[in-house]
Order: sequence, then structure tokens, then C-alpha cells
Amino acid sequence: MTIGSVPSKFRVSVNHDQCMLCGRCIENCPYGVFRMENNQIHINSRQCVACHRCIAMCPRDAIDIKERPVDYRSHPVWTPEVREAIYNQARTGRIILAGMGNAVDYPIIFDRLVLDACQVTNPSIDPLREPMELRTYIGKKPSRIEFEKMNGDIELKTALVPNLQLETPIMIGHMSYGAISLNAQQSLARAVKETGTFMGTGEGGLHESLYPYQDQMIVQVASGRFGVDINYLERGAAVEIKIGQGAKPGIGGHLPGEKVCADVSCTRMIPEGSDAISPAPHHDIYSIEDLKQLVRSLKEATQWKKPVFVKIAAVHNSAAIAAGIARSSADAVVIDGFRGGTGAAPKVFRDHVGIPIEAAIASVDAKLRSQGIRNEVSLIASGGIRESADVAKVIALGADAVYIGTAALVAMGCRVCGTCYRGLCPWGIATQRPDLVARLDPETAGKNVANLINAWTLELSELMGAAGINSIESLRGNRDRLRGYLLDEAIMKVLDVKPVGA
Amino acid sequence: MKTVTIDASGLHYTPLNQEIRQAVKNGAGEIIIQHVMGQRFIADGLAGNVTIRIEGVPGGDLGMFMNGPTCIVFGNCDHAPGNTMDAGRIVIHGSAGDAVAHSMRGGEIYVRDDIGYRGGIHMKQYLEKRPTLVVGGTTRAFLGEYMAGGLILVLGRTSTRPIRERGVGSGIHGGKIVIRGDLDERYLGVGARKLPLEKDDMAEIYPLIRNYAAFFDIDPEPFMDDSFIQVVPSSSRPFAGKYTWE
Repeated sequence: MTIGSVPSKFRVSVNHDQCMLCGRCIENCPYGVFRMENNQIHINSRQCVACHRCIAMCPRDAIDIKERPVDYRSHPVWTPEVREAIYNQARTGRIILAGMGNAVDYPIIFDRLVLDACQVTNPSIDPLREPMELRTYIGKKPSRIEFEKMNGDIELKTALVPNLQLETPIMIGHMSYGAISLNAQQSLARAVKETGTFMGTGEGGLHESLYPYQDQMIVQVASGRFGVDINYLERGAAVEIKIGQGAKPGIGGHLPGEKVCADVSCTRMIPEGSDAISPAPHHDIYSIEDLKQLVRSLKEATQWKKPVFVKIAAVHNSAAIAAGIARSSADAVVIDGFRGGTGAAPKVFRDHVGIPIEAAIASVDAKLRSQGIRNEVSLIASGGIRESADVAKVIALGADAVYIGTAALVAMGCRVCGTCYRGLCPWGIATQRPDLVARLDPETAGKNVANLINAWTLELSELMGAAGINSIESLRGNRDRLRGYLLDEAIMKVLDVKPVGA
Repeated sequence: MKTVTIDASGLHYTPLNQEIRQAVKNGAGEIIIQHVMGQRFIADGLAGNVTIRIEGVPGGDLGMFMNGPTCIVFGNCDHAPGNTMDAGRIVIHGSAGDAVAHSMRGGEIYVRDDIGYRGGIHMKQYLEKRPTLVVGGTTRAFLGEYMAGGLILVLGRTSTRPIRERGVGSGIHGGKIVIRGDLDERYLGVGARKLPLEKDDMAEIYPLIRNYAAFFDIDPEPFMDDSFIQVVPSSSRPFAGKYTWE
């Protein structure tokens, strides 16, 4: 008992005057917090992860959850988190795994950037009355186009390469079947179909039930090559090579055998119960030339009919790396910032490796423009996009479109409890347990996610209209519509924005 | 059977593959590609019941994502033939480069001579799909790294200790590597262990030896009675025990 037990993270209480003993909390909590004894609800607070399922389901608002009911002696350096990580590792000698995205209180650049609006001179545009062009094409654009005039008609002579047509610059990023449930994927698929956008499959294959949505799916090829065959590649609307992920740059993935159930095993094409290990590097990529070879092998396999994306984590040299990717025949580069979510990642990586998406996108966009190859690739920003203002700001910093991940899960009920790795998600999202998965109705959840995308799209068009912009293309890379508020000069130089008042 | 001959001299891989696809579409049972000189991605993503005879040296990723055809190479191969291949067969009358059979999920590869580094890396199996890589000569380091399923057979035609480089089966968590003769323990990778191949297990490799001998016109008998060892995972969960939850 050298270390002893640490304080419970949460304290759950039930107001017994309110409680009607319906037992919904017991039914709904997969962590075993509640039990009925002597005609009263009893509580084991230590099991609580603050997923709020009980609170959402209690018909009497009788449940209360308090975070850190017993705190340590406060100290600005030796925070409770730091102390508890040490206790954990002193006991186990292991690497700490954690869920969701970066949990360190770094300043958020988005929140230090403000958008512009028109006053008096160039008037603002009312999206209610006037068309706003939010349609976005992802893929290579020719550096110049040639026409031929024929009897008054104009014929395009330049051969165009396939692009994805998005009705809004908001896509849903890659969350694999395995990491999330099939119902969760089906919900997202319904949402992207309804809103005219796209979603990623993640590295978990494409389940048969998603074939009706295949025209909206970007299929992923990652280092484990799970679920990848020619059928999978041909079904996707585009193919994405995953090199890195914002939540854990530089390392691979690891789906523990417990999560590889019969259906997951089938789409990943690995035996049930076996660990699915995605190594850190692709075994055939050790240079930018090798990447080009993989890009071209995928294009060749799909007969040059599909755009190929390359996703990298936002790291120190993202700009130079993206410039290399832009020369590899890839059609889009996805930059995943260090706030990107994940089911599980080593805490030390999640919290300390990588850079924010705002800085990464701005520097990649600037580098590609300086080299005259910005048209060669589209830029997709991902990792920590929380609201429509983030979408507007990151597009103004140079992105063509965004991937959202956590936001879409929150739209389906996720409370960001960060316990995805337990596989017991009470919302039916990050779990494969059939009774929990059944809680998520793809029709309703799909509608919720579609609502979110539609709402953000409306807000985006209002923001653009206020700034006197009627086309998303005029917002892209338009840093003049941004000002830095209490950002330091060095960061503003990277972002290429002026300070407020300038 | 309809045979189509393609002259690949000076031809880029995309038009070459287009010609191959067209020939398959037109019902060719055999395609002979002459004067191949480094074209990558031959038969990439190709499906069908066709035999492709490749005269020359194909470039990287021969038969990548391939699903069904047979490729016979009369020459050496560059790296990663059979990359993420699904079904079919590649027969190489010579040697091949690095990452042969990378992430291969089904089908067979027979290499007459030697292969480079990281052969059979991350091969995996599922249900009836069990990939096989047969190497007649020797291999460089990290054979069967990250291997998750399937079978690698090294015959070592010129040596009773055919592998003398490190990292054999490094990170292996499924499948097995069968090696004729013996392997020094010091060449085993992390998470791999060596076991004798019992007589009962020999039955599995006999047909592979016979195929190898038939493809390359070699007497199978010296291999049939010889002793073999196998390299298998010491655990199917190599990374269990490395992590703790927050």
C-alpha cells in the first residue's frame, strides 16, 4: 500500500427525494456505477467516467455528478493530472494510453483570430436574398486551361482530372469501423449523403451495409492495409493514404484483439480476436519518391479515376513535406492538427507532439503558393474544428475544406468523456457491444449530424455574406479578413495576418 | 486459349496496363509482355483468369492489389512484387528486391533465387485466404517482420543455414516462417521463437516444394527429406503489457 488509492475522479449523487426508482440509470450505465439495494439506488462513484448517459436518461433530474470532489493540495506545477500519471506509471511501468484529443491547456489560435465584416463601403451580402457559393471541388486544378471556339460554342481542350464535388466545405474525417460502431458509421454516412459531402472510412475496411453510400466515402489505405483490396478501392469516391494522425504523429495504430469482433474481423480481413497492428511507417514508403509510388499504384489500380489524398499529421516541417506530396501526383493533402481526436493514443503523444492546425495550414498554403503549385493539391484542414467560425478561419488561412471528427460524434450524443478505449461507450458510438450499439439509431443520429453540417453551412454563408463575400473561393486564403487579437508577432507572421486595429 | 503479345519497349506503365486490361477484357487467356524494362505496377489491381508472361525485369509493385491472375517473370523483379495482393500467383525466375509480398492477403509467390530485406512483411490471413511466399535461395534481414498470418518457406538451395541476417520474424504475431536446415537463435527478431518443424507439419509444405520444383524444373527430392525449423510468434499479442490506461 505504498501509493494507496487516489481520489475518485467524479462523485455521483442521487437525490432520493427526486428519485422514482425507475432503474434507468442502472440499465444505462455500462460502467456499473448504479445498483438497487433495499429499494434504493446505491452508487459506486469510482466507476463513473462522466459520460452523462444516466443524467440524460433520468426522468427526474435526480442525478448529479461533481468532478474532483476530493482535490489534492493545489499546486500550479504538480497538478492532480501530473501526480496521478506518476502514481499510475510507478505502479505499472507502462506507457499511458488516453482517449479523445489533446488535453493540455495550450492557447487556441482560432480563439485569438477575429473575422471581418463590411460597414458602409463595400456592402455586406444577405444570403437570404442572394446566392452564396459554397460548393467546393477537391482535387487538382489545371494551372491554365485552353479553349477552342467552335461556331459560337466554346470547347474545353484541357483534360481535367477527377475532383470531388462538395456542397459544403465540411467533410467528416476518418473514423474506422472498429474504433466506432457500425451504427455510428451508418449515421455519418446518412448525414454526408443528405448534405452532399463526404466521409472517411478510416483503416477498417468498408462494411457491406455502407455500399449504398460508397459514392460519399473516402476509403483509407494505412500502414496496416486492413480491409484493402481492389473491390474496396474501386468502391470509394476517393482514396486516402494515411501517413500520420494529429493525435499521435509518428506512431502507428493498434486495435486490441478484444475489439476485433466477428463483423470487425470481416471488414478488416483479419482473424477474430487478433490484434490489428498498424505500424508507424508504411512498409513501402521511406522517402517522398516512395510515397509517389504508392500514390501512383493506387491511381493505376483504379485506372486514374479517383482522387488520391495523403494525410499527414501537422508537425514542424509540414510545409516542406506537403510541398513534396503536392509533387507526388496526390490530389489533396490532409493536414491533421495536434488537437485531432482518437479512440486511444499514448498520452505523451496526444498531449505533446505536433503543432496546431491553424499554423500548419497557413504555412503549407504559403509554401505551396511560393512554389507556384497550390493548384496541384487541395488542402483539407482537420483536428480541432469545433464550430463554423473555425471553418471560416481555417479556410481564410488557406484550407479548401475541413474534416470534422469529434464534433460529428458530439452531434450523435458523445459527451467527450474520453473513455473510448474502454469499448463501453454508453452512447453506442465507440463500442462494439451489441446492446450498446443498438442505442444509436442511424436515422435519428444521421439527422442530427446532418443538422449540424447544415447549421454550420448556414452560419458560414452568413459570415461570408457579412464580409461581402459570395463565394467560398474568395474566402480561401483571404487573410485580410482575419486579424490577430493578442497573438504574438512571430505567430502572426507565420499566419500572415495583421493584428487587430492594423 | 487466346494469346496476346504486347511489346513493352518504350511503353509507360499506364498504357501498358491499359493494353493488359483490354486484352483480359477481350478474353485473352495468356498475355506475353516482351521487352519489359522497369515498368512499375504491372497487373496492378487486375482481376481475371489470365496468365501473364513477363519477359524482362518489371519495376516495383508487380501484381499490387492483384486478384486472380498469374504472373510469370523471366528475369529478376524490383521491390514489393505481390504488394497487398489478394489472390493469384507470381512466379519469379530470378531474384526479387525488398518487401516482397508486403501485406499480401492471399495467393502465392514463388521466387527461384533470393529476396531482399523485409520479405513477407505484414502478410496476413483471413478465413480461406492464406498467402504463401516461397523463396528458393536466401533472404536479407527482417524476413516476416510484423507478420500477422500466412506462410513463408525458405528452401535455401545453396546452404543448410540459409538466413544469416537478423530480425527474422521481428514483431510476428500470426502465421509462420519455415526455413530449411537451421537458424541461429541470434537472428530471431523480437517476439519470435524457433521451433522444430514436426513431421506432421511437413505435409503442409510438401505441395509448396513440389510446386517450386515444377515451376523451376528442379529436383524436389533433396528438400523433401531434409529437416526444417519454423519461426512462430511467441505471443499473438506482442504489445499487450506495454500500455496502461489513463
